[in-house]
Amino acid sequence: MEKIGKIIAVSSGKGGVGKSVVASALALGLRDRGHRVGLLDLDFTSPASHVILGVEGLYPEEEYGIISPLAHGLRYMSITYYSLDKPTPLRGSDVSDAIIEILAITRWEELDYLIIDMPPGIGDATLDMIRLVEGIQFLLVTTPSKVAYETVRKQIGLLRRLEITIIGVLENMVMKPSNYVREQLAMNKVCHLGEVGFDPGLEDALGNVVKFTETDFYSNVDGIIARL
Amino acid sequence: MTADMHELALAEGVIQTAAKIAEEQSISEITEVIIQVGELQQVDHEVLRFALERLRTPTMRNARFTIESIPGRLKCRICGEEWNFNPESLSEETSEAIHFVPEVAHAYISCPGCGSPDFHVLEGRGVLLASIRGVKRDE
Ligand SMILES: Nc1ncnc2c1ncn2[C@@H]1O[C@H](COP(=O)(O)OP(=O)(O)OP(=O)(O)O)[C@@H](O)[C@H]1O
Ligand SMILES: [Mg+2]
Ligand SMILES: [Zn+2]
Repeated sequence: MEKIGKIIAVSSGKGGVGKSVVASALALGLRDRGHRVGLLDLDFTSPASHVILGVEGLYPEEEYGIISPLAHGLRYMSITYYSLDKPTPLRGSDVSDAIIEILAITRWEELDYLIIDMPPGIGDATLDMIRLVEGIQFLLVTTPSKVAYETVRKQIGLLRRLEITIIGVLENMVMKPSNYVREQLAMNKVCHLGEVGFDPGLEDALGNVVKFTETDFYSNVDGIIARL
Repeated sequence: MTADMHELALAEGVIQTAAKIAEEQSISEITEVIIQVGELQQVDHEVLRFALERLRTPTMRNARFTIESIPGRLKCRICGEEWNFNPESLSEETSEAIHFVPEVAHAYISCPGCGSPDFHVLEGRGVLLASIRGVKRDE
Protein backbone atom coordinates (compact mmCIF):
# COMPACT_ATOMS: atom_id res chain seq x y z
CA MET A 1 0.00 0.00 0.00
CA GLU A 2 3.08 2.25 -0.09
CA LYS A 3 2.20 3.41 -3.58
CA ILE A 4 -1.13 4.90 -2.54
CA GLY A 5 -1.51 8.62 -2.00
CA LYS A 6 -4.51 8.89 0.30
CA ILE A 7 -6.46 6.10 1.94
CA ILE A 8 -10.00 7.10 2.88
CA ALA A 9 -12.33 4.85 4.89
CA VAL A 10 -15.99 5.68 4.32
CA SER A 11 -17.44 4.65 7.62
CA SER A 12 -20.23 5.11 10.15
CA GLY A 13 -21.14 3.89 13.58
CA LYS A 14 -24.54 3.13 12.05
CA GLY A 15 -25.60 0.67 9.37
CA GLY A 16 -27.66 1.54 6.35
CA VAL A 17 -26.85 5.25 6.28
CA GLY A 18 -25.38 5.17 2.76
CA LYS A 19 -21.69 4.34 3.23
CA SER A 20 -21.57 2.08 0.18
CA VAL A 21 -23.32 4.49 -2.19
CA VAL A 22 -21.20 7.39 -0.89
CA ALA A 23 -17.98 5.37 -1.23
CA SER A 24 -18.92 4.40 -4.79
CA ALA A 25 -19.80 7.98 -5.73
CA LEU A 26 -16.63 9.30 -4.11
CA ALA A 27 -14.47 6.82 -6.04
CA LEU A 28 -16.15 7.67 -9.36
CA GLY A 29 -16.02 11.40 -8.66
CA LEU A 30 -12.29 11.29 -7.98
CA ARG A 31 -11.80 9.13 -11.09
CA ASP A 32 -13.57 11.78 -13.16
CA ARG A 33 -11.16 14.36 -11.84
CA GLY A 34 -8.34 12.41 -13.45
CA HIS A 35 -7.12 10.64 -10.33
CA ARG A 36 -6.08 7.00 -10.16
CA VAL A 37 -8.54 5.48 -7.75
CA GLY A 38 -9.05 2.15 -6.03
CA LEU A 39 -12.18 0.94 -4.25
CA LEU A 40 -12.00 -1.77 -1.62
CA ASP A 41 -15.21 -3.30 -0.30
CA LEU A 42 -14.35 -4.32 3.23
CA ASP A 43 -17.84 -5.37 4.23
CA PHE A 44 -17.07 -9.09 4.01
CA THR A 45 -20.32 -10.39 5.43
CA SER A 46 -22.60 -8.02 3.48
CA PRO A 47 -20.71 -6.71 0.47
CA ALA A 48 -22.80 -4.34 -1.65
CA SER A 49 -20.60 -2.12 -3.79
CA HIS A 50 -20.52 -4.69 -6.61
CA VAL A 51 -24.30 -4.34 -6.84
CA ILE A 52 -24.17 -0.53 -6.82
CA LEU A 53 -21.50 -0.47 -9.53
CA GLY A 54 -22.85 -3.42 -11.46
CA VAL A 55 -19.58 -5.34 -11.33
CA GLU A 56 -19.95 -8.82 -12.78
CA GLY A 57 -17.72 -11.45 -14.29
CA LEU A 58 -14.44 -9.95 -13.09
CA TYR A 59 -11.72 -12.05 -11.54
CA PRO A 60 -8.34 -10.85 -10.26
CA GLU A 61 -5.29 -11.87 -12.20
CA GLU A 62 -2.64 -13.62 -10.22
CA GLU A 63 0.86 -12.24 -10.31
CA TYR A 64 2.96 -12.05 -7.20
CA GLY A 65 -0.22 -11.73 -5.18
CA ILE A 66 -3.28 -10.63 -7.08
CA ILE A 67 -3.85 -7.59 -9.20
CA SER A 68 -7.03 -5.70 -8.40
CA PRO A 69 -9.10 -5.72 -11.61
CA LEU A 70 -10.26 -2.55 -13.32
CA ALA A 71 -13.98 -1.87 -13.06
CA HIS A 72 -15.23 1.34 -14.62
CA GLY A 73 -11.70 2.72 -14.41
CA LEU A 74 -11.40 1.89 -10.71
CA ARG A 75 -9.02 -0.67 -9.22
CA TYR A 76 -11.76 -2.64 -7.58
CA MET A 77 -11.43 -5.29 -4.89
CA SER A 78 -14.18 -7.26 -3.21
CA ILE A 79 -14.45 -10.58 -1.41
CA THR A 80 -17.23 -11.46 -3.86
CA TYR A 81 -14.55 -12.43 -6.41
CA TYR A 82 -14.01 -15.44 -4.15
CA SER A 83 -17.28 -15.94 -2.31
CA LEU A 84 -19.34 -15.43 -5.50
CA ASP A 85 -23.01 -15.09 -4.59
CA LYS A 86 -22.75 -17.35 -1.53
CA PRO A 87 -23.32 -16.11 2.02
CA THR A 88 -20.07 -15.73 3.99
CA PRO A 89 -20.95 -15.92 7.67
CA LEU A 90 -17.79 -14.81 9.49
CA ARG A 91 -17.04 -14.26 13.12
CA GLY A 92 -14.83 -11.41 14.26
CA SER A 93 -11.51 -13.24 14.23
CA ASP A 94 -12.27 -14.60 10.76
CA VAL A 95 -13.09 -11.10 9.57
CA SER A 96 -9.71 -9.95 10.88
CA ASP A 97 -7.87 -12.82 9.22
CA ALA A 98 -9.64 -12.18 5.92
CA ILE A 99 -8.81 -8.47 6.09
CA ILE A 100 -5.14 -9.22 6.70
CA GLU A 101 -5.14 -11.73 3.85
CA ILE A 102 -6.79 -9.34 1.38
CA LEU A 103 -4.47 -6.49 2.33
CA ALA A 104 -1.46 -8.78 2.02
CA ILE A 105 -2.26 -10.28 -1.36
CA THR A 106 -3.81 -7.35 -3.22
CA ARG A 107 -1.59 -5.30 -5.49
CA TRP A 108 -3.06 -1.87 -6.13
CA GLU A 109 -0.43 -0.46 -8.46
CA GLU A 110 0.04 3.28 -8.11
CA LEU A 111 -3.02 5.06 -6.83
CA ASP A 112 -3.82 8.61 -5.84
CA TYR A 113 -6.72 7.45 -3.69
CA LEU A 114 -7.94 4.23 -2.19
CA ILE A 115 -11.55 4.45 -1.01
CA ILE A 116 -12.68 1.83 1.47
CA ASP A 117 -16.33 0.90 1.82
CA MET A 118 -16.43 -0.08 5.49
CA PRO A 119 -18.92 -2.29 7.29
CA PRO A 120 -21.00 -0.46 9.92
CA GLY A 121 -19.79 0.13 13.45
CA ILE A 122 -16.51 0.38 15.24
CA GLY A 123 -15.75 -3.33 15.47
CA ASP A 124 -13.22 -5.57 13.78
CA ALA A 125 -12.84 -3.89 10.40
CA THR A 126 -12.47 -0.40 11.88
CA LEU A 127 -9.99 -1.52 14.52
CA ASP A 128 -8.00 -3.57 12.02
CA MET A 129 -7.76 -0.78 9.48
CA ILE A 130 -6.58 1.64 12.16
CA ARG A 131 -4.04 -0.92 13.33
CA LEU A 132 -2.78 -1.96 9.90
CA VAL A 133 -3.05 1.04 7.61
CA GLU A 134 -0.79 3.89 8.46
CA GLY A 135 -2.16 7.32 7.61
CA ILE A 136 -5.73 6.12 7.06
CA GLN A 137 -8.32 8.91 7.15
CA PHE A 138 -12.01 8.60 7.92
CA LEU A 139 -14.93 10.13 6.10
CA LEU A 140 -18.00 9.54 8.24
CA VAL A 141 -21.57 9.23 7.08
CA THR A 142 -24.66 9.89 9.17
CA THR A 143 -28.31 10.60 8.57
CA PRO A 144 -30.09 13.56 10.23
CA SER A 145 -31.43 11.15 12.86
CA LYS A 146 -30.31 11.36 16.48
CA VAL A 147 -30.14 7.60 16.45
CA ALA A 148 -27.55 7.57 13.68
CA TYR A 149 -25.63 10.57 14.96
CA GLU A 150 -25.30 9.07 18.44
CA THR A 151 -23.24 6.20 17.00
CA VAL A 152 -21.19 8.60 14.87
CA ARG A 153 -20.54 10.77 17.93
CA LYS A 154 -18.99 7.76 19.66
CA GLN A 155 -17.00 6.91 16.57
CA ILE A 156 -15.64 10.46 16.49
CA GLY A 157 -14.63 10.03 20.14
CA LEU A 158 -12.78 6.82 19.34
CA LEU A 159 -10.98 8.21 16.28
CA ARG A 160 -9.99 11.33 18.21
CA ARG A 161 -8.57 9.29 21.02
CA LEU A 162 -6.51 7.28 18.54
CA GLU A 163 -5.43 10.47 16.74
CA ILE A 164 -6.86 9.35 13.42
CA THR A 165 -7.71 12.06 10.90
CA ILE A 166 -11.43 12.67 10.43
CA ILE A 167 -12.01 14.36 7.08
CA GLY A 168 -15.53 15.23 8.16
CA VAL A 169 -19.10 14.00 8.33
CA LEU A 170 -21.45 13.76 5.38
CA GLU A 171 -25.13 14.05 6.28
CA ASN A 172 -27.06 11.73 4.00
CA MET A 173 -30.74 11.08 3.26
CA VAL A 174 -31.81 14.54 4.35
CA MET A 175 -35.57 14.92 3.93
CA LYS A 176 -36.38 18.11 5.81
CA PRO A 177 -34.43 21.09 7.13
CA SER A 178 -32.66 20.40 10.42
CA ASN A 179 -29.64 21.83 12.12
CA TYR A 180 -29.17 19.06 14.61
CA VAL A 181 -26.15 17.30 13.07
CA ARG A 182 -24.53 20.56 12.01
CA GLU A 183 -24.75 21.95 15.55
CA GLN A 184 -23.51 18.77 17.17
CA LEU A 185 -20.52 18.66 14.84
CA ALA A 186 -19.73 22.31 15.47
CA MET A 187 -19.68 21.56 19.19
CA ASN A 188 -17.32 18.66 18.55
CA LYS A 189 -15.22 20.74 16.15
CA VAL A 190 -15.66 18.24 13.32
CA CYS A 191 -16.20 19.43 9.75
CA HIS A 192 -19.74 19.08 8.38
CA LEU A 193 -18.99 18.17 4.78
CA GLY A 194 -22.47 18.86 3.50
CA GLU A 195 -25.95 17.46 3.09
CA VAL A 196 -27.12 14.93 0.55
CA GLY A 197 -30.86 14.80 0.06
CA PHE A 198 -32.94 11.65 -0.09
CA ASP A 199 -33.10 10.82 -3.79
CA PRO A 200 -36.11 8.73 -4.86
CA GLY A 201 -34.42 8.20 -8.23
CA LEU A 202 -31.34 6.51 -6.79
CA GLU A 203 -32.73 2.99 -6.57
CA ASP A 204 -33.44 2.68 -10.28
CA ALA A 205 -29.90 3.78 -11.11
CA LEU A 206 -28.15 1.18 -8.96
CA GLY A 207 -26.19 -1.36 -10.98
CA ASN A 208 -25.64 0.99 -13.90
CA VAL A 209 -22.70 3.33 -13.45
CA VAL A 210 -23.76 5.75 -16.14
CA LYS A 211 -27.23 6.13 -14.65
CA PHE A 212 -25.71 6.32 -11.16
CA THR A 213 -23.56 9.28 -12.14
CA GLU A 214 -26.65 11.02 -13.53
CA THR A 215 -28.60 10.94 -10.24
CA ASP A 216 -29.23 13.89 -7.96
CA PHE A 217 -27.55 11.84 -5.26
CA TYR A 218 -24.35 11.63 -7.32
CA SER A 219 -24.23 15.33 -8.18
CA ASN A 220 -24.80 16.13 -4.50
CA VAL A 221 -21.87 13.95 -3.43
CA ASP A 222 -19.81 15.30 -6.32
CA GLY A 223 -20.42 18.84 -5.09
CA ILE A 224 -19.06 17.80 -1.71
CA ILE A 225 -15.96 16.23 -3.32
CA ALA A 226 -15.35 19.49 -5.17
CA ARG A 227 -15.12 21.28 -1.82
CA LEU A 228 -12.83 18.73 -0.15
CA MET B 1 7.38 -21.95 -12.03
CA THR B 2 5.77 -18.59 -12.46
CA ALA B 3 2.23 -19.90 -12.43
CA ASP B 4 1.53 -19.23 -8.80
CA MET B 5 3.30 -16.22 -7.46
CA HIS B 6 1.18 -16.04 -4.34
CA GLU B 7 3.72 -18.48 -2.91
CA LEU B 8 6.46 -15.96 -3.58
CA ALA B 9 4.70 -13.45 -1.36
CA LEU B 10 4.33 -16.07 1.38
CA ALA B 11 8.00 -17.04 1.03
CA GLU B 12 9.00 -13.43 1.38
CA GLY B 13 7.13 -13.27 4.69
CA VAL B 14 8.94 -16.40 5.93
CA ILE B 15 12.36 -15.11 4.91
CA GLN B 16 11.78 -11.71 6.46
CA THR B 17 10.59 -13.22 9.73
CA ALA B 18 13.50 -15.67 9.84
CA ALA B 19 15.99 -12.87 9.19
CA LYS B 20 14.39 -10.75 11.90
CA ILE B 21 14.51 -13.54 14.48
CA ALA B 22 18.14 -14.29 13.61
CA GLU B 23 18.95 -10.62 14.09
CA GLU B 24 17.12 -10.44 17.44
CA GLN B 25 18.74 -13.62 18.75
CA SER B 26 22.23 -12.77 17.49
CA ILE B 27 22.30 -15.77 15.18
CA SER B 28 25.09 -15.37 12.65
CA GLU B 29 24.27 -18.41 10.57
CA ILE B 30 20.91 -20.08 10.14
CA THR B 31 21.22 -23.82 9.54
CA GLU B 32 17.58 -24.80 9.29
CA VAL B 33 14.23 -23.09 8.80
CA ILE B 34 11.16 -25.15 9.61
CA ILE B 35 8.02 -24.00 7.86
CA GLN B 36 4.56 -25.33 8.53
CA VAL B 37 2.15 -25.10 5.66
CA GLY B 38 -1.54 -25.42 6.38
CA GLU B 39 -3.46 -27.56 3.92
CA LEU B 40 -6.42 -25.20 3.95
CA GLN B 41 -4.56 -22.73 1.80
CA GLN B 42 -3.17 -25.44 -0.49
CA VAL B 43 0.15 -23.81 -0.93
CA ASP B 44 2.27 -25.51 -3.57
CA HIS B 45 5.29 -26.83 -1.65
CA GLU B 46 7.52 -26.98 -4.68
CA VAL B 47 6.77 -23.42 -5.69
CA LEU B 48 7.25 -22.30 -2.10
CA ARG B 49 10.61 -24.05 -1.90
CA PHE B 50 11.67 -22.54 -5.20
CA ALA B 51 10.73 -19.09 -3.92
CA LEU B 52 12.55 -19.64 -0.61
CA GLU B 53 15.69 -20.70 -2.46
CA ARG B 54 15.58 -17.56 -4.52
CA LEU B 55 15.09 -15.29 -1.56
CA ARG B 56 17.66 -16.68 0.87
CA THR B 57 19.77 -14.05 2.56
CA PRO B 58 23.52 -14.36 3.34
CA THR B 59 22.71 -15.42 6.94
CA MET B 60 20.82 -18.42 5.59
CA ARG B 61 23.22 -19.19 2.77
CA ASN B 62 23.52 -22.86 3.73
CA ALA B 63 20.23 -23.26 5.56
CA ARG B 64 17.94 -26.20 4.95
CA PHE B 65 14.30 -25.37 4.37
CA THR B 66 12.08 -28.01 5.93
CA ILE B 67 8.48 -27.76 4.83
CA GLU B 68 5.90 -29.61 6.91
CA SER B 69 2.31 -30.07 5.96
CA ILE B 70 -0.39 -29.42 8.58
CA PRO B 71 -3.82 -30.88 7.75
CA GLY B 72 -6.70 -28.45 7.81
CA ARG B 73 -8.61 -29.31 10.97
CA LEU B 74 -12.08 -27.82 11.35
CA LYS B 75 -14.43 -27.79 14.34
CA CYS B 76 -18.11 -26.96 14.40
CA ARG B 77 -19.17 -24.38 16.97
CA ILE B 78 -22.71 -25.73 17.04
CA CYS B 79 -22.39 -29.50 17.51
CA GLY B 80 -18.68 -29.82 18.26
CA GLU B 81 -17.89 -32.13 15.34
CA GLU B 82 -14.27 -32.10 14.22
CA TRP B 83 -13.19 -33.01 10.72
CA ASN B 84 -10.35 -32.72 8.23
CA PHE B 85 -10.45 -30.30 5.35
CA ASN B 86 -10.58 -32.31 2.15
CA PRO B 87 -9.42 -30.33 -0.87
CA GLU B 88 -10.41 -33.18 -3.22
CA SER B 89 -14.08 -32.59 -2.45
CA LEU B 90 -13.95 -29.06 -3.88
CA SER B 91 -14.06 -27.71 -7.40
CA GLU B 92 -10.97 -26.01 -8.77
CA GLU B 93 -12.56 -22.56 -8.52
CA THR B 94 -13.52 -23.12 -4.89
CA SER B 95 -10.06 -24.42 -4.02
CA GLU B 96 -8.50 -21.38 -5.61
CA ALA B 97 -10.82 -19.03 -3.74
CA ILE B 98 -9.88 -20.67 -0.43
CA HIS B 99 -6.22 -20.56 -1.45
CA PHE B 100 -6.38 -16.78 -1.66
CA VAL B 101 -8.79 -16.00 1.18
CA PRO B 102 -9.15 -19.05 3.45
CA GLU B 103 -12.12 -17.50 5.25
CA VAL B 104 -14.32 -17.91 2.19
CA ALA B 105 -14.30 -21.59 3.18
CA HIS B 106 -17.33 -20.51 5.21
CA ALA B 107 -19.16 -19.92 1.95
CA TYR B 108 -18.48 -23.40 0.61
CA ILE B 109 -17.98 -25.80 3.50
CA SER B 110 -20.40 -26.79 6.23
CA CYS B 111 -20.25 -29.15 9.18
CA PRO B 112 -20.64 -32.82 8.15
CA GLY B 113 -22.49 -33.40 11.41
CA CYS B 114 -25.14 -30.68 11.45
CA GLY B 115 -24.68 -28.66 8.27
CA SER B 116 -23.71 -25.40 9.99
CA PRO B 117 -21.17 -23.05 8.40
CA ASP B 118 -20.32 -21.81 11.90
CA PHE B 119 -17.05 -23.68 12.27
CA HIS B 120 -13.57 -22.58 13.11
CA VAL B 121 -10.18 -23.62 11.86
CA LEU B 122 -8.30 -25.42 14.62
CA GLU B 123 -5.13 -25.68 12.56
CA GLY B 124 -3.87 -25.75 9.04
CA ARG B 125 -4.44 -22.18 7.93
CA GLY B 126 -1.66 -20.19 6.35
CA VAL B 127 2.08 -20.54 6.32
CA LEU B 128 3.88 -20.49 9.61
CA LEU B 129 7.54 -20.14 10.43
CA ALA B 130 7.69 -22.85 13.10
CA SER B 131 11.33 -22.50 14.14
CA ILE B 132 14.83 -21.72 13.01
CA ARG B 133 18.09 -23.35 14.00
CA GLY B 134 21.40 -21.63 13.83
CA VAL B 135 24.75 -20.69 15.24
CA LYS B 136 25.01 -17.80 17.67
CA ARG B 137 27.38 -14.99 17.06
CA ASP B 138 30.41 -14.92 19.44
CA GLU B 139 29.83 -12.20 21.97
N1 LIG C 1 -29.45 9.87 -0.39
C1 LIG C 1 -30.12 8.74 -0.64
N2 LIG C 1 -31.30 8.77 -1.29
C2 LIG C 1 -31.98 7.62 -1.54
N3 LIG C 1 -31.56 6.41 -1.19
C3 LIG C 1 -30.39 6.33 -0.55
C4 LIG C 1 -29.60 7.47 -0.24
N4 LIG C 1 -28.49 7.06 0.39
C5 LIG C 1 -28.57 5.73 0.48
N5 LIG C 1 -29.70 5.28 -0.09
C6 LIG C 1 -30.16 3.88 -0.17
O1 LIG C 1 -30.17 3.34 1.13
C7 LIG C 1 -29.77 1.99 1.13
C8 LIG C 1 -28.56 1.82 2.06
O2 LIG C 1 -27.44 2.43 1.45
P1 LIG C 1 -26.02 1.76 1.57
O3 LIG C 1 -26.09 0.32 1.27
O4 LIG C 1 -25.07 2.59 0.82
O5 LIG C 1 -25.82 1.96 3.15
P2 LIG C 1 -24.61 1.41 4.03
O6 LIG C 1 -24.36 2.42 5.08
O7 LIG C 1 -23.49 1.04 3.17
O8 LIG C 1 -25.27 0.10 4.66
P3 LIG C 1 -24.46 -1.04 5.48
O9 LIG C 1 -24.31 -0.51 6.86
O10 LIG C 1 -25.36 -2.23 5.43
O11 LIG C 1 -23.16 -1.25 4.79
C9 LIG C 1 -29.46 1.63 -0.31
O12 LIG C 1 -30.57 1.01 -0.87
C10 LIG C 1 -29.19 2.98 -0.95
O13 LIG C 1 -29.47 2.98 -2.32
MG1 LIG D 1 -22.42 -0.81 2.98
ZN1 LIG E 1 -22.08 -29.15 13.46
